[in-house]
Amino acid sequence: MMAEAATLTLPSRRDEAWRYADMDAVARLGAAALDQWQVINVAAGESVTRCMIVGSDAPELHRIRVTLGEGARAAFFVTNRGGDYTRVELEVRLAKGAHFEFGGVTIGGGTATREFVTQVIHAEPEATSNQTVRAVHWGTGTGNFLGEIKVARHAQKTDAAQDFKALLLEAGAGANAVPQLEIFADDVKCAHGATVGELDEAARFYMMARGVDPATAQRLLVQAFIGDAFVSLDDEAERETLLDAALSALEGARL
Amino acid sequence: MLTITDLHASVGDKPILKGLTLDVPAGEIHAIMGPNGAGKSTLANVLGGKPGYEVTGGSVMFRGQDLFALEPHERAAAGLFLGFQYPVEIPGVSNVQFLREALNAQRRSRDEAPLSGGEFLKLAKDKAGLLKMDMDMLKRQVNVGFSGGEKKRAEMVQMGILDPAFAVLDETDSGLDIDALRIVGAGINSIMRSPDKGVLLITHYQRLLDVVRPDKVSILAGGRIVETGGPELALRLEAEGYDSVMA
Repeated sequence: MMAEAATLTLPSRRDEAWRYADMDAVARLGAAALDQWQVINVAAGESVTRCMIVGSDAPELHRIRVTLGEGARAAFFVTNRGGDYTRVELEVRLAKGAHFEFGGVTIGGGTATREFVTQVIHAEPEATSNQTVRAVHWGTGTGNFLGEIKVARHAQKTDAAQDFKALLLEAGAGANAVPQLEIFADDVKCAHGATVGELDEAARFYMMARGVDPATAQRLLVQAFIGDAFVSLDDEAERETLLDAALSALEGARL
Repeated sequence: MLTITDLHASVGDKPILKGLTLDVPAGEIHAIMGPNGAGKSTLANVLGGKPGYEVTGGSVMFRGQDLFALEPHERAAAGLFLGFQYPVEIPGVSNVQFLREALNAQRRSRDEAPLSGGEFLKLAKDKAGLLKMDMDMLKRQVNVGFSGGEKKRAEMVQMGILDPAFAVLDETDSGLDIDALRIVGAGINSIMRSPDKGVLLITHYQRLLDVVRPDKVSILAGGRIVETGGPELALRLEAEGYDSVMA
């Protein structure tokens, strides 16, 4: 194992999936960290749901490889509130009729980059995937969503969707969306959308005119904005936990 | 209660209010009428503290306080309610959540205990009933998918829940059919007609004033109050138009 780890080299920004990564932080993580994959196999007809809150004061890398059997379902919901470079990668392979659901939020200020990198492989027909990512940043913080969808030649009736929206609370903050579709089948639906915007000032004034203080108005609007990412999570308590983790990161954001 | 003295205000670089003076004591419903572009909505927005409206001169005292020293949410907590001509849609936030946050924020700033969820819902149901509004609508997102009339009724439900000392209502009657006009008018009377409350009622039409009888009527033109009278002034305007009255 040691010998094998030693042969690993660090990625570079020339690699598409690392284009917006914080390479200094990646170097601090070290090559060995790149070899840590969590493997999840979901058997035919089975279903798993995972909720994660990631991010700390140190760089973090979470690499997850998911294989879905026929008709299997996997749902991942992640709040990424890293105070340093924090990257969550999901590599998902779907068999016939499987479904992959992903809801992610990146939130934070400072100078850190937080990112989701997904590779969703529709290897068989009739599989579906839906990815919803929301990014809320201030300071010179950045949120990225690099989403690759691959549809194999015989994976007809694939239905894959990606939706990214970013809310930038300050001029120095940033967001990058890189959808990458590689489609070899002809009877498929693939949708992707990306928008970047600012806080709705009319809504904020409306709230303040009713007595809501600026911080609470901002929290309510951000909560509504990121809520989309977790809307398909049925477990209300889990949903609250993910939202609270995101909203507590909002404290200290510029009003 | 609300004393406006020689108020000047601009939007962008354009002066809109040019020396507006007006006093509305407690117990008074004061209608403001005037032609398009006279500055009626600017007056409402300046009183509410909307960003983009710059006060360039004059003063407004509200219940003994300098209104312009207060942020918009502080004005609300001090008892000022601004009824919007175009109520704003807030996707993803329910009326109930929004109004409970608003009411409790106001109560906290007055050192009053916040209402519990149950207490709030009881109050909301009561006020929604007053405006003949279904509680289910209050559970929906703020103004999202509401018709023009529903938005205006929802504004009045908000006013009922927040129970302000003074309301500035900017064309609350626009977009209302005859039945909705009566319901909204009755709501204004029920919520605001009181010896210790005041209303600035901005409107284009006599028809709202048939339901909400003003104590005084002022004409706003060219950024100033050009005439003040009793309810008969509104009737004269309706019959003869602005040109004759202002000539």
